[in-house]
Amino acid sequence: MSNKAWPLYEVFIRAKAGLSHRHAGSLHAADDQMALGYARDTYTRRMEGVSIWVVRSELIVASDPAETSAFFEPAKDKVYRHPTFYEIPDGVENL
Amino acid sequence: MYTQGLDQKEQSTQQSAELEDAAQLEAFMQRVDEEEKIEAKDWMPEGYRRTLVRQISQHAHSEIIGMQPEGNWLTRAPSLKRKAILLAKVQDEAGHGLYLYGAAETLGVSRDQMVANLLSGKAKYSSIFNYPTLTWADIGTVGWLVDGAAIMNQIPLCRCSYGPYARAMVRVCKEESFHQRQGFEIMLVLSRGTDAQKAMAQDALNRWWWPALMMFGPSDKDSKHSAQSMAWKIKRFSNDELRQKFIDATVPQAEFLGLRVPDDDLKFNEDTGHYEFGEIDWQEFHDVLAGNGPCNKQRLAKRNKAQDDGAWVREAARAYADKHA
Repeated sequence: MSNKAWPLYEVFIRAKAGLSHRHAGSLHAADDQMALGYARDTYTRRMEGVSIWVVRSELIVASDPAETSAFFEPAKDKVYRHPTFYEIPDGVENL
Repeated sequence: MYTQGLDQKEQSTQQSAELEDAAQLEAFMQRVDEEEKIEAKDWMPEGYRRTLVRQISQHAHSEIIGMQPEGNWLTRAPSLKRKAILLAKVQDEAGHGLYLYGAAETLGVSRDQMVANLLSGKAKYSSIFNYPTLTWADIGTVGWLVDGAAIMNQIPLCRCSYGPYARAMVRVCKEESFHQRQGFEIMLVLSRGTDAQKAMAQDALNRWWWPALMMFGPSDKDSKHSAQSMAWKIKRFSNDELRQKFIDATVPQAEFLGLRVPDDDLKFNEDTGHYEFGEIDWQEFHDVLAGNGPCNKQRLAKRNKAQDDGAWVREAARAYADKHA
């Protein structure tokens, strides 16, 4: 192939109103409009969505899996952020 | 995430690389053993990556080449309804190829490279698509047997240890079930039709039965990648196990249709609860894989022509995008 490859896009689909968009897969397209059309044809042939987002893959900033434990470490020892951390005596209602 | 651009994290530490590899390998195998999914950016052994690239890209190529035997009947389907169904099915196969190419790309191989390997004949695809579809009954048989065998193969792949492949297979399997059922329905209509239609159905089964059994690959004793793939939880069942499942599921369907499975040695074993079957002609399998099947050259030539004919469209789209960037 002589010309440059089409860029990679990530596709996110909202299955129905009320749900958030969810990653469905990826595709190559020459531009944003084509990416939307291809996303429709590739990922919603059976009414799987009511809304599509496409974004150039290179624009996504991601955390590094090799750094996962260090990256998420600050949240690890803060169990007091969960309601189950607190002891409430029997008989106390609506809490 | 299906993102190629994010996948190629350089291994940063050069020092004590070997030591780290051993520790990483152990951690990797522990994750696999505990049924944790491996994702694109995670560390993985090179062999695991290579095996997946080979398997997923071959799978994608099979979907793309698989459009041809059925596309052959698009203009000659016997009714508008059948034509619309077949068109939807062929479109699904293109979609399956795209999901799979996307999954393979997460492993760091480019789409262009995979396509180039297919077009040059370097890459393999399923042997089954090198057989011709001679009559309308072949379209029924392909849906019933070929998609049936593919489902048998693909359902366990939904639990494959590599996340992007597993997710692609979930999507594929959902869509594949329509393929198999529409094929069986074509066979049902033919087998309840005139004598000529019934004979056409039988003839198609005669030609496709053995090639369909070959789709599961070489017998376990000759399968060179099986054991390692099972340990990595890429494969969940051996070739022979899946073949047996397929035969057990399909023979009663053939009986329902009133068609004869073309195997004189086929008989049900009451003790094992399985069908025993005759010897597969592995020479034919290897010949077809080596490029000497009835349609290998035609399939590849057609794919190359489609690629060449579409070149100006891709170039125009690219030029338009650059102009409006």
